[in-house]
Amino acid sequence: MKNFNSITHAHVWVLDHQEALDFYVGKLELEVKADYTRGGFRWLTVGVAGEPLPEIVLDVPGPPVMDEKTAEQVRELVTKGATGVVMVLRTDDCFATYERLRAKGVEFTQEATDHGYGIDCGLRDPFGNQIRILQPRVWQSDQAANR
Amino acid sequence: MSRAAEESNRRLLRARDAMDRGYAEPLDIPTLARIACVSEAHFIRTFRATFGETPHRYLQRRRVERSMFLLRESDRSVTDICFDVGFTSLGTFSRTFREIVGQSPRAYRRSSAPAPGAVPTCFTMAWERPSSFGEDSRPSGPVKSPS
Repeated sequence: MKNFNSITHAHVWVLDHQEALDFYVGKLELEVKADYTRGGFRWLTVGVAGEPLPEIVLDVPGPPVMDEKTAEQVRELVTKGATGVVMVLRTDDCFATYERLRAKGVEFTQEATDHGYGIDCGLRDPFGNQIRILQPRVWQSDQAANR
Repeated sequence: MSRAAEESNRRLLRARDAMDRGYAEPLDIPTLARIACVSEAHFIRTFRATFGETPHRYLQRRRVERSMFLLRESDRSVTDICFDVGFTSLGTFSRTFREIVGQSPRAYRRSSAPAPGAVPTCFTMAWERPSSFGEDSRPSGPVKSPS
């Protein structure tokens, strides 16, 4: 028996919930999966439209989860681009997605390029987190096999 | 960390991304400072304070990393690779390469095998970039810190 069935949630630090929504929903066209507020706590998750999993938790660093000094350190790492690749989004047409998002003002760090493993490109969210978009070659083979 | 400092980080990261993307172009400090929306002197000073090295050194490492890739993965001549990655003089390229990598481009090519193809290029680009911080212990040789 496997220990796990799937990955349900992953976590990304953002600096502002509304700005995060404007980007992840308004520009990337992910959909809000959960948005729940109580007191100073907000549980906000997004994901690919029509796909139940995984949900990405958009979380703002700060008290009471961590002290303000630690939150400052997190914000510094995010804005310096030191959080690494926070997610890879799969597409079946990387070139088209790249052009569509670029037209919407998404800030790309690398244009869509054909590599041995597939086609991918890189972008940053408004805070500095790095995101990749990938059209894996294996995925293309799977599609062909399923036709 | 103030919001102004976070915004400064983000602008500097934008300029650093421009170096990653346009390394083969004749990038200069005025161009990069404009991307970061600061004066040239302020750009050099804050870039170093934020990322631990000067913009010039960062661009050199990016170009050397690309040249290392091309030396490993292609049959192009050292001269062609020198110009491909943005150097304008073979002498400067060879001297910079040796200073950063610890061996000449030709010696590096002889001693290096192509990387396995299954690793995404964004990771190989980040992890195979020669170090500028003095901690590199790879067999390619010692790396000098910028003076």
